[in-house]
Amino acid sequence: MNRLTSKSDLERLQKELASRKEPERPVVTLCQGTGCRAYASEKIHNAFKKELASRGLTDQVSVKSTGCHGFCEQGPIVVILPDEICYCRVKPEDIPEIVETTLLEKKTVDRLLFTDPVSGEKFARESEIPFYKYQRRVIFGKNRLVDPQNIEDYIALEGYSALAHALTEMSPDKVLLEVKKANLRGRGGAGFPTGIKWETTRNTPGEKKYVIVNADEGDPGAYMDRSILEGNPHLVLEGLAIGAYAVGAREGYVFVRQEYPLALENITEAVEQAREYGLLGKNILGSGFDFDVKVKRGAGAFVSGESSALISAIEGSAGEPRPKHVNAAISGLWGKPTSLNNVETWANVPLIMKEGSDWYSGLGSDNNPGTKIFSLVGKVNNTGLIEVPMGTPLRTIIYDIGGGIKEGKKFKAVQTGGPSGGCIPEEHLDVPVDFDRLNQMGSMMGSGGMIVMDENSCMVDVAKYFMQFLMEESCGKCTSCREGIKKMHDILEKITLGEGCETDLQQLEDLAWIIENTSLCALGSTASNPVLSTLKYFREEYETHIKDKCCPAGVCKALIRYTIEPEHCNGCGRCKKVCSVDAVEGNKGSPMTINQEFCIRCGICQEACRFNAVLVE
Amino acid sequence: MITLTINGKKYEAQKGQNLLQAAIDNGIEIPHLCYHEKLPPYGGCRLCQVEVTKGEKVELTTSCTYPVSQGIQVETETPRVQKARRLVMELILTMAPDSPEIQQMARKLGIETIPGGFPSSGEKGDDCIKCGLCVRACEELVGPGSITFSSKGPERKVVPPFEEEPESCIGCGTCVHVCPTGCISMEDLGRKRKLERWKRVLSMKVCNDCSSAYIPKAQVDYYLKRTGDPYLAEWFDLCPDCR
Ligand SMILES: Cc1cc2nc3c(=O)[nH]c(=O)nc-3n(C[C@H](O)[C@H](O)[C@H](O)COP(=O)(O)O)c2cc1C
Ligand code: SF4
Ligand code: SF4
Ligand code: FES
Repeated sequence: MNRLTSKSDLERLQKELASRKEPERPVVTLCQGTGCRAYASEKIHNAFKKELASRGLTDQVSVKSTGCHGFCEQGPIVVILPDEICYCRVKPEDIPEIVETTLLEKKTVDRLLFTDPVSGEKFARESEIPFYKYQRRVIFGKNRLVDPQNIEDYIALEGYSALAHALTEMSPDKVLLEVKKANLRGRGGAGFPTGIKWETTRNTPGEKKYVIVNADEGDPGAYMDRSILEGNPHLVLEGLAIGAYAVGAREGYVFVRQEYPLALENITEAVEQAREYGLLGKNILGSGFDFDVKVKRGAGAFVSGESSALISAIEGSAGEPRPKHVNAAISGLWGKPTSLNNVETWANVPLIMKEGSDWYSGLGSDNNPGTKIFSLVGKVNNTGLIEVPMGTPLRTIIYDIGGGIKEGKKFKAVQTGGPSGGCIPEEHLDVPVDFDRLNQMGSMMGSGGMIVMDENSCMVDVAKYFMQFLMEESCGKCTSCREGIKKMHDILEKITLGEGCETDLQQLEDLAWIIENTSLCALGSTASNPVLSTLKYFREEYETHIKDKCCPAGVCKALIRYTIEPEHCNGCGRCKKVCSVDAVEGNKGSPMTINQEFCIRCGICQEACRFNAVLVE
Repeated sequence: MITLTINGKKYEAQKGQNLLQAAIDNGIEIPHLCYHEKLPPYGGCRLCQVEVTKGEKVELTTSCTYPVSQGIQVETETPRVQKARRLVMELILTMAPDSPEIQQMARKLGIETIPGGFPSSGEKGDDCIKCGLCVRACEELVGPGSITFSSKGPERKVVPPFEEEPESCIGCGTCVHVCPTGCISMEDLGRKRKLERWKRVLSMKVCNDCSSAYIPKAQVDYYLKRTGDPYLAEWFDLCPDCR
């Protein structure tokens, strides 16, 4: 491949790739995201190749590995284009049937179609499945169309056109103005206006400036950044190059979490291919603009995703947050002006260039333009990565896309924003989700995690869980964060053990105040959210734990008792068999009882009972 | 020179200075623990809180990490500052309940007891408040860098690397001197010097005249190596009293 040396070179290549494309030709796309790989999607790839070869179809059908489609729970996912027939939970032994029925007879294999868990309805086309139907996948959608290891796939979909346009027809100031007008806000959590950050970097005097992609994603539940980087790395690189042009940087870094080997592999490969095609390096597309990118591997701590910690890590020192009364946009990496943005933020840039700021700001809600990718998990029927316009109500996300609460249970709360986010109760389900509204509700956008909880979740236990995570992930530098979070955690633990006292809630609030107001970085200053939001919306649940020594959700082991209802027990003795401490007593045929002295409240007897005779009090 | 207002009065400070140092230079007291004028600000203890007004913005911030700038207004005793200081001090006190220095500081801030009474996160009798002064002084003022922080979160502690006897430690006692809680002990026992906390035992050099063991041999070697001055060796043959 020759280097592309001008915008017309790129356009010529795009035309050539388009002419090679046969719209009617069937393409089998296989999701090779980390989720589907976990279910051996590579075997499926091989099985397709083999089956097609044995039927002499190799020349008529293409097989393509793509990045994550988002519906990981239903993986491995196979989508057959051009009809978009979507098969879920495909196994290697299903392949001959798919080839025979769908590729040759043009019919669907009904048993592999997505079946709605509530209505039982089946859906053939990917776009008709409710999980996808209510989404707007302007960023994430291309993942299913490109092979991340093949730059030509990306170029064929008008990839790098936005960069070419910016470099040849726009001044850096004009690019900047467009991003400012679009009012793009940082997807890394805080929603800081990207254009303003870039402008500061641009206006700070200096020869050397940097741009950085923050792909350190340390929130245990979130994986959207990973999926973009794995599935469509050129989208991020294109955005980064446009940003570099706007701020006047010639060097960029992609800082990737160590635990993401596939993301590392794909972004590294993408950088090499982009260099080979002349889309990175010296004199890009003949514009005179030089820009190159280095990929760095992160150390894996949660706090190292914080911007100043990340910059320290690139410089080679400990990945600990630093005091920043001077903005990184002015003095960042090696003391030079630096624009650091999240993966998803960068991925929005080519779209803004292509569609224009007017179009972009028409998408989303007031002062919150564009879409946001969330990782929807927990007690909903459909889980996975979803992309919706900012301002979509929580109810749409949970009930239409997520298909409602599992097993027909009652919704209790949704936790948004990652470990230091907050819990939002039923009464706020109709609030549109965006940066500002989530903050108003005592939660935040954070990493875009969304954990749905049902009636069986105890909010004190949930708060304790997140405080434990934050306590372990605090870097330990600040007194308030290190000691304060631990104290809060210890108080919560005491409450869940039934040892809470009247003054505990006041003390939790005092500690929350001090951690929020006196910690150095945002890990500390947001760490109280899990407690403050649950105290705000579920205070009586705390009080019940403290005053009545009772856990209404039946979660806190020290506060519950398992008993056997004699009316329902037929004496089968299954519970007695499974109990590991011999706490179940009684003779076969007559109702069993539980000896509370021995019972360790593991609940295994309740799972074993087929007659719902084991109750929690 | 920069002019700034502290508690309603105008003061001067040098450009590039941090706010805490500027206050100290002007005789204004702001309680602090992890700052030392010979070391770059660290911002770990969170005690040196003040309220700064700059333009429209009013923020509660640590003064040691705040660079002074023209026209800022600083308040060191507002109710918000006092509340923050008191609550931070309570947390510090739970880490070093037995340190007389810390107890005295706490009393000055009106704290008599620690609420809740949970065990501190450090081991009992530890008294280290993780201010990092010893680590930074050893590395940045003396040079050997014989101690370091290990672990994160509440498990964070100061230890010699790999928690083994630090061969690089010269027993100069700078860490003992800078430690605000007095939790690092250094004892001279005959011809040995012992720093219990770092598991370090050093042999002492003996004065040619009076035979007193007056300086660790490792320290002499370190100075000789650093200065490269061969005549200095003779200088160390005698103790300060006999020189
Ligand atoms: C504890 C902590 C962890 C963070 N982790 C990440 C992360 O994994 N990825 C990320 O993009 N931003 C993370 N951030 C936010 C960054 O500090 C920074 O604000 C962001 O990357 C800026 O990009 P944006 O303006 O595009 O959002 C974290 C912040 C904190 C306080
Ligand atoms: S707030 Fe917490 S995580 Fe952030 S620098 Fe301080 S101790 Fe470290
Ligand atoms: S030993 Fe003393 S100087 Fe060192 S960190 Fe602990 S309290 Fe600070
Ligand atoms: S003296 Fe400023 S934070 Fe410790």
